[in-house]
Amino acid sequence: MTIALKVSNLKKTYKNGTVALKGLDLEVEAGEIFALLGPNGAGKSTLIGIISSLVNASSGEVEVFGDSLTMQRNKVKSHIGLVPQEFNFNMFEKPMDILVNQAGYYGVPRKEAIARAEKYLKHLQLWEKKETMSRSLSGGMKRRLMIARAMMNEPRLLILDEPTAGVDIEIRRSMWAFVKQISAAGTTIILTTHYLEEAEQLCKNIAIINHGEIIKNTTIKQLLTTLDIETFILDLDREPNEKLLQCLKAEITDDNSIQIDVHKSQALNDVFKKIDELGYKVLSMRNKVNRLEELFFKMTHGKNEHANESENAA
Amino acid sequence: MSHSTLTALYTLSRKEIVRILRIWTQTIVPPAMTMTLYFVIFGNLIGKRIGQMDGFDYMSFIVPGLVMMSVITNSYGNIVSSFFGAKFSKHVEEMLVSPMPNYVILFGHVFGALSRGLLVGGIVTVIALFFTEIHVYNIWIVLSTLVLTSVVFALAGFVNACLATKFDDIAIIPAFILTPLTYLGGVFYSISLLPEFWQTVSKFNPVLYMVNAFRYGFLGVSDVNIYVAYGIILSFVVVLTSLCLYILNKGIGLRS
Repeated sequence: MTIALKVSNLKKTYKNGTVALKGLDLEVEAGEIFALLGPNGAGKSTLIGIISSLVNASSGEVEVFGDSLTMQRNKVKSHIGLVPQEFNFNMFEKPMDILVNQAGYYGVPRKEAIARAEKYLKHLQLWEKKETMSRSLSGGMKRRLMIARAMMNEPRLLILDEPTAGVDIEIRRSMWAFVKQISAAGTTIILTTHYLEEAEQLCKNIAIINHGEIIKNTTIKQLLTTLDIETFILDLDREPNEKLLQCLKAEITDDNSIQIDVHKSQALNDVFKKIDELGYKVLSMRNKVNRLEELFFKMTHGKNEHANESENAA
Repeated sequence: MSHSTLTALYTLSRKEIVRILRIWTQTIVPPAMTMTLYFVIFGNLIGKRIGQMDGFDYMSFIVPGLVMMSVITNSYGNIVSSFFGAKFSKHVEEMLVSPMPNYVILFGHVFGALSRGLLVGGIVTVIALFFTEIHVYNIWIVLSTLVLTSVVFALAGFVNACLATKFDDIAIIPAFILTPLTYLGGVFYSISLLPEFWQTVSKFNPVLYMVNAFRYGFLGVSDVNIYVAYGIILSFVVVLTSLCLYILNKGIGLRS
């Protein structure tokens, strides 16, 4: 098993006294897509900043594919591609120039850089915009441009810091496909995201970071087994009566819709059977809240109040 | 220097030159216009009434100073606006995350500033030819002082850009330090005209040595010893290069 990223006892205290990381330990295996989740201010960006040499660590050690960040910083940098949260390219340059220059910084000869730029611009559906001033690109295009730029050195470790923030679902899905494709080609990917569905879709392992510490580091599958109750919304063929609500311990959410909590030990067949016995038909069914999101909220806030918050179709 | 390092240096230098040429209305035209006005007003109109300075007509005397002034302000201004702009819009991170060594980041930007300094200096020299004949006493002194002075102010501008946190910080130094030092650095007069006390004070101004060394290359006359001038210029190059690399290595103003 090759370790792509090893973080040992990493600490960071900013000059204003803010403690961002409190001795964080983390390992990411080569070839996987690893999810790093945490609320705002948890320390995700600081961790990514340290790994990518944009933030100085106070103490601790980072190794990327066995190379030490403190001893072999430039070698470590050559392994990494970074897609940051904020747009950080020159808005007055064209996508083609941004990509070719980025490759040049990594020592890729210009001819090869142009070929790579063409490849990734086409992959990410930006080829038609290659000579357009970057500031005039849409938000989704700018995100894809940053992904293309991060790929220019063909990194072994790609760090995606909320790569799909603000992009529509169609583009998001095409970006997921691209991420899966480059993962299949052997690139290790660390993904932070607020779209927890994204982590479920793409990642096998997950670390949850809060207050500068890893509070959970496991597989997504394992994490989800710790969730006892799942909440469903059922759309019925007519307005539910009191008997149905009492029988299922359900609540009305809409004229013809009910919300029920189903314990993981309970079979959904039982629920449908009861509904059927009372003469109702289920027209459709969906999760009220993304399961991972619910778990994440419980872990970082210590209670399950999120279940009553906004509805999120699964 | 490895092949990949050379590629990185070439990429960064090329990018800087492309930037200068892309915004030529901001980088090339204004200094040419300003210097043309200097030649017309100080050289042609006022200069005729001044007569001679150090044995040369006033226009011939101020040409080296004006060329050097444009090289200083453009070298400094180029690197400050380019690097602080990169910091401000965060695309400096493109360089910081790459394995490009810090000295390449520095030299690439200095090369860009040097290119603009020399380009503007060349244009100002051509404009000067419309107003007066230009004597060249020693071309090597002309070229070496031009390049070294441009490098000194490019390095100084790089320090300013690294330490600046807002646009005010990159405007204050040129307005309150660079311009007074340049104007009082013997561009328009020989310090032999000053009272002895102010001559002594002037000798603490490094720009005086640069302007006079450059003028010596053209006219063969100088208010200062040419070797002392070279010593001071080279000292500034060494000290400022070390300071820039220290700032980059520590990430001062660049990494939190």
